[in-house]
Amino acid sequence: MVLSLSKDSIMVLREQDVVLLRNRIKEVAVKIKMGLVNQTRLITAASELLRNMLRYADGGQCLIEVVSRGRENGIRLTFSDKGPGIPDIALAMRDGYSTGKSLGLGLPGTKRLVNEFDIKSKVGEGTTVTILKWANG
Amino acid sequence: MKNQLADESLREDLISNEELRSQSEELINALVGNLTDENFEDLNSDKWGPVIEILGGISITRARQGFSPRETGNFVFSLKEALFQVLQEEISDPSVLFQESLKINRLMDNLSVVTFETFIKGREEVILRQTDEITEISTPVIRVWDGILALPIIGTLDSARTQIVMENLLQEIVETGSSIAILDISGVPAVDSLVAQHLIKTVSATRLMGAECIISGIRPEIAQTVVHLGIDLSNIITKASLASALAYAFKVMRLEVRKVGTIHKS
Amino acid sequence: MDKIPILRMGAFLLVTIQVDLYDRLALNLEADLVQMVNKTSAKGVLIDISAVSIVDSFMGRIIGNIASMSKILDAETVVVGMQPAVAITLIELGLPLKGVHTALDVEKGMNLLKSMIDDFDDDDQEVDDDGFIAE
Repeated sequence: MVLSLSKDSIMVLREQDVVLLRNRIKEVAVKIKMGLVNQTRLITAASELLRNMLRYADGGQCLIEVVSRGRENGIRLTFSDKGPGIPDIALAMRDGYSTGKSLGLGLPGTKRLVNEFDIKSKVGEGTTVTILKWANG
Repeated sequence: MKNQLADESLREDLISNEELRSQSEELINALVGNLTDENFEDLNSDKWGPVIEILGGISITRARQGFSPRETGNFVFSLKEALFQVLQEEISDPSVLFQESLKINRLMDNLSVVTFETFIKGREEVILRQTDEITEISTPVIRVWDGILALPIIGTLDSARTQIVMENLLQEIVETGSSIAILDISGVPAVDSLVAQHLIKTVSATRLMGAECIISGIRPEIAQTVVHLGIDLSNIITKASLASALAYAFKVMRLEVRKVGTIHKS
Repeated sequence: MDKIPILRMGAFLLVTIQVDLYDRLALNLEADLVQMVNKTSAKGVLIDISAVSIVDSFMGRIIGNIASMSKILDAETVVVGMQPAVAITLIELGLPLKGVHTALDVEKGMNLLKSMIDDFDDDDQEVDDDGFIAE
């Protein structure tokens, strides 16, 4: 069972907030003794999701939680926005990131960087993406 | 105290009577200080915190001093005996004596389990630390030449270990400014698809950083497994031995090894 | 407004990225760099990312853009100083970074650029498809 040990919610409205959030996540990651490579994976994943939120939904909310399961500690990030939503999640999760005009959401790549990945989206209402990375996962 | 001193397993070599007395006093004080009718049964209540802490502390100290878990357990049991004695002296009604004795019994048994749990936890920490140390020494990084690193891996490669090897290799490349790293797996008996993927990732990451990674010493069984698993190694430079990998590295770096000839002047 | 400084080193340009790139900063960098390449007829661009601890797809795209733009203006791009954690993450993320050469540090990067340009100079006298001598 995954327990939530602490919660911290941050609004992300402008690009500068991305930097703030990245630093915040890094602080927490260091506190739970997450290795450098895992830190990089988590913050990069967060960066991808944040940019999506800013680009497609004019910003949103990010919830940072320290979680634990048994003896393991980890960080769970929940990105929620009230944007247009993703009509075809299955399609968005397919690899085939193109560097052409269609920028793509970078979701499959992001999923590879974390231990748990969950996405819920409703067209016209918004999207919520939750990712979890264990300190030593 | 009397009970403890009478106990055969008293280890006078490990702990002085003084210390024994102070440890016992601390425990009894905490016990008495926290006992009330309500929390007597419930070991999970906060009130037991200090007692458990003290007990845990005693257990760890004793483990370090070299006491076996049985001996530490006996420390708690001797307290139980002493408590029984006190009960006998205080209570005359047999049925009440029995009830109270049962309660004490249950309580003290729980407390002695705490000592065992702490002991085991201490052991586990030692094991974890040793595992880390083994992981560190089992993957040496050798600077075989200026700009060339060799990493001979010995023993089974699992996913976790391969990740560590990868991180070490990349870190060493940066720190030594080496342009070629040779990963020798002749000491690795088998490789599964996850490990193979990590190895491929290592080579890719090395290239992305601007260096090159050669894999040498692949056993024929591994070559067979890799092909059967459908893993594509065509983009990876593989050499039969560390020696041939080194020769290749020299070639790439435009270095030549020549025999020094004797020049006869006629 | 921050601007990322671009240094000129002979026939090459060196950009050292030390801050987090956000949209406007990145676009300005692309524009400035392209102008400089043109102005100085630079043959190579070195992007030093040794101080960058996070490279996401946005940053990857900027680097790719710089490489493509420079190539059009006849300059090669070399990215130097990539941190190990970044390299591992990029592989896992699946970022292609096409058309980008890499080297461990600025010195090796410059050697790489020089060797690429030297190779090219060797082909100097070849005649290309249109019948013109390739420059």
